[in-house]
Amino acid sequence: MISAELPLLLPEIALLTLACLVLVLDTVFDRPGTYVTYWLTQATLIIAMILVLYVAQDNAVIAFSGHFISDPMSTVLKFAVCLISLVVFFYSHDYLREHDIFKGEYFVLGLFGVLGMLVMISAGSLLTVYMGLELLSLSLYAMVAMHRDSPTASEAAMKYFVLGALASGMLLYGISMLYGVTGSIELREIAAHAAGQGETDLLMVFGLVFVVVGIAFKLGAVPFHMWVPDVYEGAPTAVTLFISTAPKIAAFAMAMRLLVDGLQPLLPDWQGMLIILAVLSMAAGNIIAIAQTNIKRMLAYSTIAHIGFLLLGLIAGTESGYAGSMFYVIVYALMSMGSFGMIILLGRRGLEADRLDDFKGLAERNPWFAFIMLLLMFSMAGVPPLIGFWAKWFVIKEVVAMGYVWLAALAVLFSVIGAYYYLRIVKLMYFDEPDSMSAIKASRSMRLVLSLNGLSLLLLGFLPGALMAVCVNAISVL
Amino acid sequence: MELNLPFLSILIWAPILGGIWVLYAGDRQEQTVKVLSLSVSVIVFLVSVLAWFSFNTGTHAMQFVELTSWIETFNINYHLGVDGISLPLILLTTFTTVLVIISAWEVIETRVSQYMAAFLILEGLMNGVFAALDAMLFYFFWEAMLIPMFLIIGVWGGPRRVYATIKFFLYTFLGSIFMLVALLYLYSQAGSFNILDLHNQPLSLLAQQLIFIAFLLAFAVKIPMWPVHTWLPDAHVEAPTGGSVILAAIMLKMGGYGFLRFSLPIAPDASQALDSFMIVLSLIAIVYIGFVALVQNDMKKLIAYSSISHMGFVTLGFFIGFSTWAATGNTDAAVMGLEGGMMQMISHGFISGALFLCVGVLYDRLHSREISDYGGVANTMPQFAAFMMLFAMANSGLPGTSGFVGEFLVILSAFQASFWIAFLAALTLILGAAYTLWMYKRVIFGDVANQNVAELTDINGREKFILIVLAAVVLLFGIWPAPLFEVMHPTFEHLFEHITQSKLPG
Repeated sequence: MISAELPLLLPEIALLTLACLVLVLDTVFDRPGTYVTYWLTQATLIIAMILVLYVAQDNAVIAFSGHFISDPMSTVLKFAVCLISLVVFFYSHDYLREHDIFKGEYFVLGLFGVLGMLVMISAGSLLTVYMGLELLSLSLYAMVAMHRDSPTASEAAMKYFVLGALASGMLLYGISMLYGVTGSIELREIAAHAAGQGETDLLMVFGLVFVVVGIAFKLGAVPFHMWVPDVYEGAPTAVTLFISTAPKIAAFAMAMRLLVDGLQPLLPDWQGMLIILAVLSMAAGNIIAIAQTNIKRMLAYSTIAHIGFLLLGLIAGTESGYAGSMFYVIVYALMSMGSFGMIILLGRRGLEADRLDDFKGLAERNPWFAFIMLLLMFSMAGVPPLIGFWAKWFVIKEVVAMGYVWLAALAVLFSVIGAYYYLRIVKLMYFDEPDSMSAIKASRSMRLVLSLNGLSLLLLGFLPGALMAVCVNAISVL
Repeated sequence: MELNLPFLSILIWAPILGGIWVLYAGDRQEQTVKVLSLSVSVIVFLVSVLAWFSFNTGTHAMQFVELTSWIETFNINYHLGVDGISLPLILLTTFTTVLVIISAWEVIETRVSQYMAAFLILEGLMNGVFAALDAMLFYFFWEAMLIPMFLIIGVWGGPRRVYATIKFFLYTFLGSIFMLVALLYLYSQAGSFNILDLHNQPLSLLAQQLIFIAFLLAFAVKIPMWPVHTWLPDAHVEAPTGGSVILAAIMLKMGGYGFLRFSLPIAPDASQALDSFMIVLSLIAIVYIGFVALVQNDMKKLIAYSSISHMGFVTLGFFIGFSTWAATGNTDAAVMGLEGGMMQMISHGFISGALFLCVGVLYDRLHSREISDYGGVANTMPQFAAFMMLFAMANSGLPGTSGFVGEFLVILSAFQASFWIAFLAALTLILGAAYTLWMYKRVIFGDVANQNVAELTDINGREKFILIVLAAVVLLFGIWPAPLFEVMHPTFEHLFEHITQSKLPG
C-alpha cells in the first residue's frame, strides 16, 4: 500500500530532493555576484506550494501506518509556511547582499528548515513530530551562527542551541513517558488510550507536563521564553525574520498535533497549564517590551505577548477556538514578516537599523514607508481597521464563548499596555524630527513587496472573512 | 420624493476615498488639495442634507437600511441604518467637517494634504459609527477613528502634544476594549451582532450590570464623565483648532450616542438599577467641573472643562427619566429628559465648536491661549467680539440660543423627579455664565492690555463666514428647534417604551 500513499508525500519529497540539489549546485556556483542558489531556492518553494495544493485532501487521510497525516489544516499551514518563507527569503536576499554575508548556506539551511516544518505539520506520530522539530531546530541553530565574526550572533547561537537542546530533551522525556503508558507512538492510539484511562492516569499527565514544556519552549511562552530576546537581537536580522515567522506556524501545528490530535481527552489538564502560560506571556511580553530600546528586542517581547494571545484559542478547547489560534498565527507571521522587513529596509551597509531611534522622523524621510510601518504597528496593537484586530477578536471571542470572561478581560487589558510601545514607534516616526535625512536605499522590488505586505494587513482588515473561513473549514474536519 | 440612494454608504466611503485621493495628490499643489478637500466635504454635507429631507419622521424604525454579509462565518453584516438619534449626529458631523476644513485654510502650513486627508477619513469613520447597526461594524469604526485623531493631535498639536495624544489614545482604547468583551459576551448569548437583536436579548440582572459597567467604561471615557475626564483637557489644549472642534463637537457625542444605542436598550434593568449612580456622577460633573472651569487660565482648557460640565447635562437627561417616570407615572416628562439630553448634545456641538474656533482665531494671531495675555480685544477686533459674545452667551444657556433649549428640558424633567437634583443642575446655569462671561470679560473688554493686542487685526472674510454660519445655526435651533424634535420624537418615544420594559428572563 506504500505506493498508493506515496503521492501524499510529494511536497516533502520534492523539497528534500531539490534542497539536496541546491546544496550541490551551491558548491559549484559559489561565486560572489551569482545568485543561483537564491533563485533555485525560490523555485523550490514555489514547486512545493504547487504540490501542496496538488495533494490537498478534503478529509483527514492517515498514511504510513499512522505516522503521517494529510488534512485540510496541514494543507493550509504548509501553504502558509512555504509562502511566508518565500517572502522571507526575498527580504533576506537584499539584507545578506548589503551586509556582505551572502552565503548559499542560508538558503539551503532555510530549505531544510522548511522541510522540517512540513514534517511537523503533517506529523501523525510522536516520532515524526520529533524528527520534524529537530530538522527545523538544527537548521535554525546553524543559521543564527552563520555570521561567524559577530560575537553577539555567536552568543545568541550558543544560547539558542543549549536551551533548544534542553527543550528537545524535555519533549523527548515527555514522549517517552507517553509511550511507556500507552505502548504506542501514534497520536490516534494515544488519544484512544487517553480517552479510556481519562485524566486519572497520573503517569500520562506527568508526560503531558513535559510535552507542554517542550511546546512552550518552541513557541517562546513565559516562563520558557528566555532565549527569545537574545536570539532575536543577536541573530542577523534576516535570520531573526525567518525565526519569527514560519517556525511559529510550525510550532502551532505541533501544539495542535500533540495536544489536540493526541491528548484531547486530557483537555482539562493542559487547559490549566496553558492558561498560566498565556497569562504570564501576555503580561511579561507586553510589560517588558516597554523598557526596550532595541527594536528587535522589543519585537521579541511583542512576539512573546502574541504567543500568549495565540494560546487563548487553544485554551478555549473548541474547534472554532483552534481555528482562532490558527488565524492568529498566520496573521502574526504576516505582521512579523513586515516589521522585520522594515528593519531590513531601513538598514544599509554596515548599519543595522535596529535601534528605536533609527525610526525617528521617518514620516519626513519617507512618508510612504512610515505609513506602512504605521499599519504594521497598529495591526500588532490590534486596532481596527487592520487585520491584527480581527486576530485578537477571534481568540477573545472564543474564550468568552467558553465562559472565561475574566481571561478575556485580562487579555484586553494587556493589549492596552501593549498598545503603548507600538504607539511609541508611531510617535518616533511621525512626531519627532529625523536625526538625518539619509534616503532609503533599497531595491525597487523590495519596496514593492514590503508595501504589498503592509497593505495586505489593511485589505485583510476590511475583508477578513475569507481567511477566517479558510481557518474554520480547515479545522472543522480535523 | 423617494430617493433610493445608498445614502449611508456614500456618507461613509465618499470622505474616506476623498481623503485617500487628497493624500495621493500630496503637498505639491497645496491650493488644489485644499479645494479638493473642501469640495469633498461640501458634497458629503449636501448628501447628508438630502438624506435629512428624505427621512420619514413618522416612524421610529431604521431608515436607509443597507444589509450585506460581511463576515459570513460569524454572521457579521455590513448593516447600516439611521433613526432619529443618529441622523442629527451625522448631519452635525458633515456640517462640522466643512467648517473645520475651511478653518484650516491658511492656518495649517505643514503637511497640508495629510491634515486634510486625516479629517476627511475621520469624517467617514464617524459617520460609520453613527450609521452602523452591527455591533462589530460599530466597534470597527469606533476604534479606527482613534488612528487619525492620534495623528492629528500628535503631528499638528501644541508643545505637549505627544503626551496629550498618547494619553488620549490609551485612555479611550482602555475604555472601549471592555466594550468589546461585553459585545462578545452578548454574541455568545444572542448568536448575533445585530444591535437590534441585542436590544431584545433577555439577560439576567447580574449580566446586565456587568455589561452596563463595561459599556460605561467605554462611553464615560468618551463623553467624558467625571472621574475619567482627565484626558480631555490635555487633548483639547494640545490639539490644533480643527482637532479640538471635532473632539468637542462630535467625538464627545459618541459617548452619548453609545448610551442611547447600547447601554440603555441592551441593559435597561441595569440602567434603572444604577440610575442614581449615574445621576450622582452627572451632578458631580456639572457642579464640580463647573467650579474647576472657573479657575482656568487657559482659554481652551476652560472650554474643555465647560464641555465636561455640559456633557453632565446630557447624561443627567438620559438617566433622570427613570425617576421622573417613577415619580409622576408620566412618560412624556421622562422622554423630555432624554430629548433634552440629545438636544444638548447637538447644541453643544455647535457652541463648543464655535468657541474653539474663536480661540483659534485669537491663537492664530497671538500664539497664546493664556487669558492674561489678552484684554481689550474688543477695541481692535469689534466684529470678532460681537460673535464671541453670542457664543459665550449661548454657552451660558441664554434663552433664544440653542444652549438654552436642552438644559431647560433636562432641568424641567429633573424637577419632576426631585427638586434637589434640578436645583443642583440649575446651579450650572449660574456657574456656566460665571466662567464663560468672566473669561469673555477678561479677554475682550477693558483697556488694550499690551502692544500685541493693539496690533490685532479683525477677522477676515473666511473666519467671518464660519462664525456667521455657526451663529445662524445656534440662533435657529434656539428659536425654532421644532424640526429637530420632529425627527427625534418617534425614536425617543420608542426608546423609552423599550427601556421601561424589563428584559429579565422568565
